[in-house]
Amino acid sequence: MTTATASKTVDNGVNVEALLGAREALINAPEAAKFKWRASVTWVGGTHSRSTIDGFYGLGEEQKHRSTFTFDADHPEVFASADKGATPVELVLAGLASCLTAGVAAVAQNREIQLRSVTATLEAGMDIRGILGADPDVRNGFEGIKVTYTIDADASREDIEALVAQSQKRSAVYDIITNPTNVTVEVA
Amino acid sequence: MRTTTVIIGAGQAGLAMSWWLAKHSIDHVVLERGEPANSWRTERWDSLRLLTPNWQSRLPGYRYQGSDPDGFRTMPETIAFLSDYAKAIAAPVRSHTTVTSLRRHVDGYEVTTDKGNWRCDTVVIASGACNIAQVPSVSASVPDGVDSLTTMQYRNPDQIADGGVLVVGASASGTQIADELQRAGRSVTLAVGEHVRIPRVYRGKDIQWWMDAAGVLDERYDTIDDIVRVRNLPSLQLAGYPDRRTIDLNSLTEIGVKLAGRLAGINHGKGQFSGSLRNVCALADLKMNRLLNSIDEWVAENPASEGIDAPHRFDATEVEESPALLVDFSRSGIKTIIWATGFRPDYSWLDVPVLDRKGLVRHDGGVVTESPGMYLMGMPFLRRRKSTLIDGVGDDARDLSAHLVAHIKATSPLSTPLVA
Repeated sequence: MTTATASKTVDNGVNVEALLGAREALINAPEAAKFKWRASVTWVGGTHSRSTIDGFYGLGEEQKHRSTFTFDADHPEVFASADKGATPVELVLAGLASCLTAGVAAVAQNREIQLRSVTATLEAGMDIRGILGADPDVRNGFEGIKVTYTIDADASREDIEALVAQSQKRSAVYDIITNPTNVTVEVA
Repeated sequence: MRTTTVIIGAGQAGLAMSWWLAKHSIDHVVLERGEPANSWRTERWDSLRLLTPNWQSRLPGYRYQGSDPDGFRTMPETIAFLSDYAKAIAAPVRSHTTVTSLRRHVDGYEVTTDKGNWRCDTVVIASGACNIAQVPSVSASVPDGVDSLTTMQYRNPDQIADGGVLVVGASASGTQIADELQRAGRSVTLAVGEHVRIPRVYRGKDIQWWMDAAGVLDERYDTIDDIVRVRNLPSLQLAGYPDRRTIDLNSLTEIGVKLAGRLAGINHGKGQFSGSLRNVCALADLKMNRLLNSIDEWVAENPASEGIDAPHRFDATEVEESPALLVDFSRSGIKTIIWATGFRPDYSWLDVPVLDRKGLVRHDGGVVTESPGMYLMGMPFLRRRKSTLIDGVGDDARDLSAHLVAHIKATSPLSTPLVA
């Protein structure tokens, strides 16, 4: 954790010591590492819905966000919708990029790399004949996702590429998107 | 029967420890379920050669004497080398003696075998890190009509049905088997998770020569930031081909092997592969280049070595635009799945509570501190990066035998078998 450049203080605003401490503590307390993430979604009207996120479970007890967050989702006018929010698939892209970007900042902090700016642009191809049921051979989801990072930091291009690679390795949303997950949907 | 130390396993680790115990005049036996070098005899495929060159087999009191120091031993040669070592050092090996239980007894240990019981003050577990092929839980969903075998069961291409083969795992075993089967006319898909890419030869020297010369292999476990991570790294993507060619994902793609991501699931006869192939390849390329950078830096600081070529870099791993995510085994003609997904040790006979959650022995550099007098050898990065190499067990045996001798002195001063 120490380098010869101790005089230079790298601050990306990520408390890496706390994260490393948590990792150490959770190795011997795997029960506390079991989290449950939650969201509730209410239909507003048309294709418009509103998600509310406030609580989750972790470290052995119920936890609360500092405030309640809401997200509107809808579909654009070309889908004959009212466009009162981003489409759900766009929120997936936002989730992926937010997760990777948090990882970039944390890994950079851990590697003592000062970030000046980080921008990700994302594009995902989709053939909407899938969701329209127009062709059974076309899947509903993305054909692929392309993420492009522009990063200004005190580091070589190779070190920046390594940051981005490592953030994918440790990203939850990247894993959720690249690997299958069992999904159970029930009616209460 | 009674002795001071029982060594379990007559592979390179157990034999090296035997040499050091003999030097300390410690009365001991080496219990071996088969013949010395048993795993090398019975659990490896036919064409396999050691991944380390012949010269890199410096055991205590013994080394390679042949005319091909840069070559790679075949399995029969490896077996002969270790058997000859056992004979040369007159190791007290009890062959065909299977340990069925190891438990504490008074201040020492009792070792039960199928050929009688041993009482001892100290015990060295040198039974190896690779006793059981580790197979992921998705293997339970392999559809009917698709053969499934591990690298321990694989011998040669004649065993494998014509048509498609899915090799799961792209470390040393998986890449070599994929290469062999593709060249034998099978149509191979390789499922690639995290792997360690490394060239066989760099700047005219074997990669093992570099790691030896630059001291990388001597790095100690207590100087490593994250020892859990390095102990769990997959094996180096290396092969010991006589022509010293490098095996990597690019060389496999070139002969027609199809690359896919990590096998994430099998559902309704379809393999589901992770979409992370591009990133695991990027990680491996970056890590390889970091190693090559450190070699270049070492050369700059240690000039005057002869026969060293100019620095260069290898092509980045090529990944096709859209690697397959879903493969229907029957439609794509895959009739065999080979699991090259690693190994774990077998401690089913170990009746001392020293195993962690993952079923591995808790230890501090091979000293099993929770059970005084118990030692472990031959595990990844036990004391040094080279701890699992034939070339690496000697230093570990020296250190651990010194600890063992001190333990005996401290605990039984009257019955000490030490000769001053």
